[in-house]
Amino acid sequence: MTTLTYPFSEVDVRALKAGDAVSVNGLIRTGRDRFHKFFADGGKLPCDFRDGALFHCGPVVVKNPDGSWRVVAGGPTTSVRENPYEPAFIEQTGVRLIIGKGGMDARTLDACAKCGAVYLQAVGGAAAVTAHAITRVTNVYFLEEFGAAEACWEFEVKDFRCVVAMDSHGTSLFAQVEAASNRRFRELLAK
Amino acid sequence: MTKTVTRLAELIHETSSSLPDDAEKALRAALRREAKDSSARLVLETILKNVALARAAGTPVCQDTGTLTFFVSENLRRTVTPERIAAAVAAATERGWLRRNTNDAVTGKSIDSNVCPGAPVIHYTLDAESKVRLIMKGGGSENMSMQFSLPDASLGAGRDLEGVRRAVLAAVQHAQGYGCAPGILGVCIGGDRAAGFEESKHQLLRNLADTNPVPALAKLERRILREANSFGIGPMGLGGKTTLLAVKIGARPRVPASFFVTVAYLCWAARRREISW
Ligand code: SF4
Repeated sequence: MTTLTYPFSEVDVRALKAGDAVSVNGLIRTGRDRFHKFFADGGKLPCDFRDGALFHCGPVVVKNPDGSWRVVAGGPTTSVRENPYEPAFIEQTGVRLIIGKGGMDARTLDACAKCGAVYLQAVGGAAAVTAHAITRVTNVYFLEEFGAAEACWEFEVKDFRCVVAMDSHGTSLFAQVEAASNRRFRELLAK
Repeated sequence: MTKTVTRLAELIHETSSSLPDDAEKALRAALRREAKDSSARLVLETILKNVALARAAGTPVCQDTGTLTFFVSENLRRTVTPERIAAAVAAATERGWLRRNTNDAVTGKSIDSNVCPGAPVIHYTLDAESKVRLIMKGGGSENMSMQFSLPDASLGAGRDLEGVRRAVLAAVQHAQGYGCAPGILGVCIGGDRAAGFEESKHQLLRNLADTNPVPALAKLERRILREANSFGIGPMGLGGKTTLLAVKIGARPRVPASFFVTVAYLCWAARRREISW
């Protein structure tokens, strides 16, 4: 298990290989469909993503009596929908970690190689565990405009466990696994 | 709330927050099979931790609380009515046991109560077992369900059990880990298209450790499970020994002109319960 702590350095991120287990710590921010669309349309980001992490997640967040926020459920959402926007986001912001589920396309993989970023797979459906790893909500942007599930939340996480699914050396674990399983499938059909 | 509605709402709460024992046991067995320090282990450990947290807190196992499908024994039709089931779903949604998870298919608008014509799905089953069964199936897994029409030349699948095996393996290859593997397959041989999907979902209600009473199907279930787990897809598709937890196969009569094989994919968050009434 490799421990990564914000700010995530290019050297640390480039040292990761597809299949590595990682524990993410420190600041991460969420962003999904509307957030990506806003960025692609030329919107100005309210915060600096350099050496940061972007989490594809639509959390369920409730307000505590003292006005602070608490995350009740926070599993990853499917990442493929952000494929059209992610390469530009990586190149222009200098983000190092993209966290989601299901993987992303070859263009995103190229951008990861070029800029020194990786795609991390969080465990799909594990909403309670993810919520548990989020120790504090430190800020929120676009809450009014995008709504709670689509806003850009700033979280402090502790020991948020993920697997490197796409590294900065052009390797995608999903593509590897699919090719290997396809070979086995063909073998079984030949029987 | 009437007593019946309260009882049904409790069934929903249990189903949503607590994975059945057999599913948890299968996940534990899977964990023991996977190599130390592997990503498969990390995923399974996270899943099991998630199951324990949700049960302790009484919160949903997964944020996608899915499509609710009720199977109710015919002899309960007058007690466990569609109206009472609907009232229980609305109450469970109000309490946060279910996410607001229903959208009008035409306008896209959220139906906040999760109740409207067609939701939840209710089947009255032709048995006198006095049972109410509930399954909650998430969208990500439902997206991986498939139906084949045999013969299928591309798979070399004819209209026999060997053809069924080929079709089901093709569904496994297609699904990869995207339906939140490790998954459970419910399979229906035959029926018309609609009956195929209904029966394949019905198969998902079976205890994972049971044995199919039809010896030929029991054998096929074991074979497909073994073969699918040799694909190496693994938990969440990141590689590993556990791609499926179980395969359950049933059949429905068909007309001579059709031969459907329907495969329902259920994710690891296999939320199902049954109660005797
Ligand atoms: S497929 Fe299952 S575990 Fe995955 S997000 Fe959907 S309901 Fe949750």
